[in-house]
Amino acid sequence: MSDKVLMKGNEAIAEAAIIAGCRHYFGYPITPQTEIAAYMAKRMPKIGGTFLQAESEIAAINMVYGVAAAGKRCMTSSSSPGISLKGEGISYMAGADLPALVVNVQRGGPGLGGIQPSQSDYFQATRGGGHGDYHMIVLAPASVQEMASLTVKGFELADKYRMTSMILADGTMGQMMEPVSLELDVKEPPEKPWATTGTGMARPHNVVNSLFLSPDELERTNFLRYERYAQVEANETMYEEYLMDDADVCIAAFGIAARVSKNAVNAARKEGIKAGLIRPITLWPFPKAAFAKAADRVKAFVSVELSMGQLIEDVMLAVNGKAPVTLCNRVGGMIPSPEQVLDAIRKAAENGGAR
Amino acid sequence: MSTTEILIAGFGGQGILFAGKFLAYKGLIEDKNVSWLPSYGPEMRGGTASCSVILSDAPVGSPIVSNPDVLIAMNLPSLDRYESSVVPGGVIFTDSTLIERSVVRNDVKAFAVPATRLASDNDMPTLANMILLGKVLAECGGFEKETVTAALKKVISAKHADMLDLNLRALSIGAGL
Repeated sequence: MSDKVLMKGNEAIAEAAIIAGCRHYFGYPITPQTEIAAYMAKRMPKIGGTFLQAESEIAAINMVYGVAAAGKRCMTSSSSPGISLKGEGISYMAGADLPALVVNVQRGGPGLGGIQPSQSDYFQATRGGGHGDYHMIVLAPASVQEMASLTVKGFELADKYRMTSMILADGTMGQMMEPVSLELDVKEPPEKPWATTGTGMARPHNVVNSLFLSPDELERTNFLRYERYAQVEANETMYEEYLMDDADVCIAAFGIAARVSKNAVNAARKEGIKAGLIRPITLWPFPKAAFAKAADRVKAFVSVELSMGQLIEDVMLAVNGKAPVTLCNRVGGMIPSPEQVLDAIRKAAENGGAR
Repeated sequence: MSTTEILIAGFGGQGILFAGKFLAYKGLIEDKNVSWLPSYGPEMRGGTASCSVILSDAPVGSPIVSNPDVLIAMNLPSLDRYESSVVPGGVIFTDSTLIERSVVRNDVKAFAVPATRLASDNDMPTLANMILLGKVLAECGGFEKETVTAALKKVISAKHADMLDLNLRALSIGAGL
């Protein structure tokens, strides 16, 4: 059984964060991600780290702002309603170009919603979530192993581009256990000459701030930030293709929806329908090129998601009218069954003339 | 390529999640692909609890078990709710101390084990789950003492190491039925 251990997805995120050198966690409990906080509460004091249960989500994200400004790897985690509360702080961190990791283990919404899995925060995550022009790097794990490896990657990319990385998971990913190897590829954090670490009377003060009252200066910060975003789009897009070489029908799905879809793709293949799957691993930057390339050959796309049709908009933009894109979804904490997805594949195959 | 999808269901406190974790670890030790998914809804705050375990030679796709090959029902509401979902040719194990009715389906194999009574008779009142699991392992092929012991060591924390022998005994009682 090698070196693998069984862990819940939430625990894997927490342990991977520690392995990545995160020693500062701030949070506030909410189902279905509370295991992250519980794990940190147990481990951080033993390794000289900080675990702090803040008085609210808003307080927690602002503590993250503080530690990030001081140049240390830090994180917070929550679930959908709590992430909305953090939106202001995330926007401030974007405005101040601060790196940090935010984990959203999504549950059904809107409002207080429910506690069962959902992917309905896709727009919020991929479009920034708070006010102003900005992006987060959004990573969508589809296994407990990826909950760990993408956490490490999230810290790495956050530091590299001075951005917030978000792990966009869901209740199933957080609660399920799978074998996971904790031999993770951790790179040393880069130097952070901008951090507010005290001058030692040896250098000018560093200032971390998101307030720019002069419009031309504020415009310049936006332009510069989007130059960095362009680099992220060029260099950091990640996705998985499954049976796409000869696919007539292409499913677009991430996270738990991609896992269900894999079952359906296999079942469709048994029926003689050439189905395949593109699974975005980065939701922002979105793997536009992979879908655009597939659209040259694929006859129909199906977006499988736990939302009312959010991922589908990015798929349609990338496919750019070259093939029909249909929606296969459940919401409110429900999860599409492989049969439902198979049915959608059959319909897409007929309508797209793929048979 | 074989895949076994298992659904374990009962009351909170019966060790449903623990039993699932044990099966998952046993699968991991046997080099299988495994997944374990608990119910984490209002159920886990009292009432019914369930968990999905998948053991497979291939990578596990969806971790959700909707149509189990093996159903382990530890109370009546669970049998009522999940009996019809078992695949034809599947197997249903019930704790017959707590479930008075028999399995109605005639296209599945059914085993009724008085697990709760056996647990109290043998002075291990909290281990009805493991007695039932012993029967599951015996019937579904998989009661090798070495892997069973190794899996138990993984799921029983060091603090409760003294429970190891008792769990082994519970499994053996079930396996010997």
